[in-house]
Amino acid sequence: MKQLHELTISEVHEGYRRRDFTCVELVRHFLNRIEKYNPKLNIFLALNEHALKQATAVDIEIAEKGIVRDLLGIPMAIKDNFLTLGISTTAGSNILRGYLPQYESTTTRRLLEAGAIFLGKTNMDSFAHGSSTETSDFGPTLNPWNPDRLPGGSSGGSAAAISAQLATAALGSETAGSIRQPSAWVGVTGFKPTYGRASRYGVIAMASSTDQPGPIAKSVKDCALIAKIIFGQDAYDATSSPTPVEKYSEFLDKSDLRGIKIGLVKEYLLPTMREDVKRLILDAADKLISLGAVVEEVSLMDPKYAIGTYTVISRSEISSNLARFDGIRYGHKRDTFCPESKRRILLGTYTLSAGYYDAFYKKAEAVRTKMIDQFTEIFKTYDAVIGAVSPGPALPVGATKDQPMFGEMEDILLEQSSVAGLTGASVPCGFVDGLPIGLQITCDQFQETKALMIADCYQRNTAFNLFPDLDKTL
Amino acid sequence: MHKVIVTPEEVEKIAKLANIKLQVHEVELFASQFTETVDVINQLNEIDTSDAPTTYQVTGLSNITRDDVVDTSRVLPPEIALREAKLTHDGFFVVPRVI
Repeated sequence: MKQLHELTISEVHEGYRRRDFTCVELVRHFLNRIEKYNPKLNIFLALNEHALKQATAVDIEIAEKGIVRDLLGIPMAIKDNFLTLGISTTAGSNILRGYLPQYESTTTRRLLEAGAIFLGKTNMDSFAHGSSTETSDFGPTLNPWNPDRLPGGSSGGSAAAISAQLATAALGSETAGSIRQPSAWVGVTGFKPTYGRASRYGVIAMASSTDQPGPIAKSVKDCALIAKIIFGQDAYDATSSPTPVEKYSEFLDKSDLRGIKIGLVKEYLLPTMREDVKRLILDAADKLISLGAVVEEVSLMDPKYAIGTYTVISRSEISSNLARFDGIRYGHKRDTFCPESKRRILLGTYTLSAGYYDAFYKKAEAVRTKMIDQFTEIFKTYDAVIGAVSPGPALPVGATKDQPMFGEMEDILLEQSSVAGLTGASVPCGFVDGLPIGLQITCDQFQETKALMIADCYQRNTAFNLFPDLDKTL
Repeated sequence: MHKVIVTPEEVEKIAKLANIKLQVHEVELFASQFTETVDVINQLNEIDTSDAPTTYQVTGLSNITRDDVVDTSRVLPPEIALREAKLTHDGFFVVPRVI
């Protein structure tokens, strides 16, 4: 029989219905695990001190009405860049140490309205500036599969919370890889929506033209359940899309992928990539073929250009967004920014400054158009493109030292899809050196249903969705 | 394209624009790192974009407006708006003198 921390969302609800356990018991179970493992893994920065009280209210609601809300009594871990009333929010930065938000983000409000219980806030790269959690002012999170390794980032805390089974589900956010790359490095499922699919209201901004919230969970199915709750237009975010949200879960559980055409991106099998990682991606392509899909090689722009494009766009937007941290209305002085944030703000100030604006910023935004055009062309023929999420498995703790382009290199296979605003899933597709590798399944804008459907079919027909035994790995 | 060298003087100038105080060693370090990063960025000049318009946002949405009425659900009471500020005076933020 599964232990409480091993249950998926639907299994938790089944347990509540059968009175196998109460919400208070489940929340207490997670809090005990957090107390035991968090000192080693550094996943949670703050805990919700009202979690048990909220669990009591859930138990009363279940007794009176049954389970009528989609995420009722689901314990969740929330990335620390979502504003949460009553729970401190720092975005992993000392500049916001001790900050208590004045309002709730739309995404977390929707989760709360659906009945979720927040266990606490998770570690992240400072202001999401990184792909390792090493730029966090509160120390790195460690990878539950091997504590000598990083969990990736920036949503490294949320991804590790799922891998270490310290929460049933988690919330992350992505600017270019920050949901999918940590999900790959710790071997869990992450889902990034189309730009504009979810609201950015109350998410501490990094690059406003690509930032998006998304779920990190134990399975594609759980991601789909959360996606339905958090996606959708929000009056408080003018960039959120009016396109209706589909009932994603109803499109899952397909027995095969007949009729689906998938492009295997040739350039994403980088020349520098380890052969065993390439092998896993080719194996995944074979698996998709055996499930009935047609898989053909497709060609995209050399991903090295994605680095320059994303660097200019993100740094420019960062320099503008982080101007609000003036130390007057909230937070500490600007000197408190970590070196990585300073570096990003300054580079963005440089690329936007007079004399360089056309050469850098406008050029990058024109290359962005080229990237979008080539995806548009590919998606005329193909339903999805696939490749590795990251060039390799989780790197050792300390790997970011003296590497100012670390994040860009680790997210090289995701940046094009992010600047084009596409949607995509990251699902485990095997292991090298005992560390998980992730497969990206990327679809055109607003094709969330398709991405989830393909990812779900792949996941149910493979056996890589595993969780480490912390008493052995730590 | 010729190599762009970002000088320590330029770093000091942009740091002033961004209102960030840097240590001396950070000025030198950032100058050399920015020079390397600009090298990577300049690879974009290998791509012909003469026919490509710029894309600043990807959704194509424009002029999203709402009715011009007060939405009380998103109005912060003054005491909450001021709660996190270090210095306040009579219900206002105290800011550094600018002129």
